[in-house]
Amino acid sequence: MEPHYSLIYVFHFYLFGVIALASALTFVTRKSPVTAALWLVNTMFSLAALYVMLDAQFVGVMQVLVYAGAIMVVFLFVVMLLNLGHPSELADARGTGWKLAAGLIGLGLLSEIMVIARTKLPQQLIVPRDFNEQQFQKLNAVGMIAEPLFKDYLLAFELTSVLLLVAITGAVVLGRGRAAGAR
Amino acid sequence: MSVVHGFPVLLQAADPNMPPVSGMVFFIFTIIKLVVIFTIYMVGVAMLTLAERKISAWIQDRHGPNRVGKGWLQPAADGLKNFMKEETMPAGVNKPLFVLAPILSFIPALTAWCVIPFGAPMPTRWGRIDMVVADLPIGFLFILAITSLGVYGIVLAGWSSNNKYALLGGLRSSAQMVSYEIAMGMSTIPILLLAGNVSLNSIINQQAWGGWNVVNLTVAFFIFMVAAFAETNRLPFDLPEAETELVAGYHTEYSAMKFSLFFIAEYANMVTASALMATLFFGGWDVPFTARDNIGPFSKWLSLLSIGIFLAKILFFVFVFMWVRWTLPRFRYDQLMSLGWKFMLPLALVYIVLIASVMLGLSAAGIPEGGWYTAILGSINLGVMILLFAILDRGRIISPAYGRMHPREVERLRQLDKQLEKRHPIATEGGR
Repeated sequence: MEPHYSLIYVFHFYLFGVIALASALTFVTRKSPVTAALWLVNTMFSLAALYVMLDAQFVGVMQVLVYAGAIMVVFLFVVMLLNLGHPSELADARGTGWKLAAGLIGLGLLSEIMVIARTKLPQQLIVPRDFNEQQFQKLNAVGMIAEPLFKDYLLAFELTSVLLLVAITGAVVLGRGRAAGAR
Repeated sequence: MSVVHGFPVLLQAADPNMPPVSGMVFFIFTIIKLVVIFTIYMVGVAMLTLAERKISAWIQDRHGPNRVGKGWLQPAADGLKNFMKEETMPAGVNKPLFVLAPILSFIPALTAWCVIPFGAPMPTRWGRIDMVVADLPIGFLFILAITSLGVYGIVLAGWSSNNKYALLGGLRSSAQMVSYEIAMGMSTIPILLLAGNVSLNSIINQQAWGGWNVVNLTVAFFIFMVAAFAETNRLPFDLPEAETELVAGYHTEYSAMKFSLFFIAEYANMVTASALMATLFFGGWDVPFTARDNIGPFSKWLSLLSIGIFLAKILFFVFVFMWVRWTLPRFRYDQLMSLGWKFMLPLALVYIVLIASVMLGLSAAGIPEGGWYTAILGSINLGVMILLFAILDRGRIISPAYGRMHPREVERLRQLDKQLEKRHPIATEGGR
């Protein structure tokens, strides 16, 4: 039983989907890293629009804020700092075998998604139709995410942040080590 | 845990009989709002260039522009000049990105205005019209997300120009804006704690009820203001375009209207930052010392008055921006980074913990939001401010460009210099 969506909603949903796919495709085919990075930003924007259309406003905004606004800026910063802007230095040097393998893995992932999309959802994942609206009335756009995160999944959440801390510490140690070795 | 959910939702409770407009009327009014905001914004930005020159002249005891129409038509003359000038396209630029960069630097500043409420709701015969283009439930986060994109224009301009000064400007701006964005985001968390929501309407509502946030959260206001200066690349944070070092920084290679668009973007960013400060810390369109504007009944005059109040608040902060520009010299790069990372970020984090625990304590003591609540928060802030300015800082932590370095720091740098000289005598010679 599909809920009925207005034509304009469906149109925009598929529009953003097509933009996301097209930008992702352009992203992997560009040789210049800066151009490629900008196409990736475009992909993330379209994904954010899709999240918002699926009533996940908070996730959509975080997508823009974290990925487009911070991570990709840092990426561009590194590209510029090392002056990697010239395509020849970064051109894909791998052989045909690797490209074929990558294509096969991609196809495998796609078929996995198809299989998952066809199976029935487990019962605990199915929520009533107006669940989102009820949650929104009860909490708010952020509370909808925050309450399960800080109540039901607190341990997983904290463990993830510890994992990030480990990664940051590792990066600092690696960076310092290399600098000391170079002297 | 009813620390933050205690407010009556004033706006909805006030006019239960007046539903917001919907359908075609909503669409038409949204278009009208867009056109009006865009026009006022662009004309305002043009007039601000005049204001900047007049204020700088006033501060420096000069006359300022006084020829074209006694000075008043100077922005129009400048605009005309920029349209007539030759568009240069230097050799070796990345053409698509070179053209895209000025556009990208301007759009975010304008887009942020979608969600800023600029007046009390206006009743019409079709229903209530909210004085905001799009009342998003995540309004505040939307602004953070959109303003974080402003750096792209500058970075791309620097990179695509094929000019080392421009590239250096772009590098500096990306480092600066990412650093201060963190402090800016952290400084606003206490606001969200107080308001208990991220929609800008509820933040304004909470301030009408529980006092302006500049009293409740003075320290957060100062952190936010400093970060806003850094985010808009205004002096004392204009390192991306430091004339003495980088010619004109990221827009060195731009001419005519493309250059002008960067200029417009800077002023547009300034207006947006001022509107944010007014909304988050000075009650938005809230008319001071009255409650009628929040409770209703709403009228057209009240809407106009509140829009006027909001404009006055914005203009005040724009004036502060200009005042500071013509008063303070530029930071050194290391001062900029140490201020952002070693001082403002830790301060903002400690402040979040402080405010959260005070709020918990006040709710445990059973003090409701209102006079006493504001008084206690305000006095705590006053204490923290005295601690910061009078005791912690002696020209060391918050050192401006003319500030002394700590003697220990100077000694450390000297030792470092000596060591380097011993190891690579030639390299250091070239590096000076």
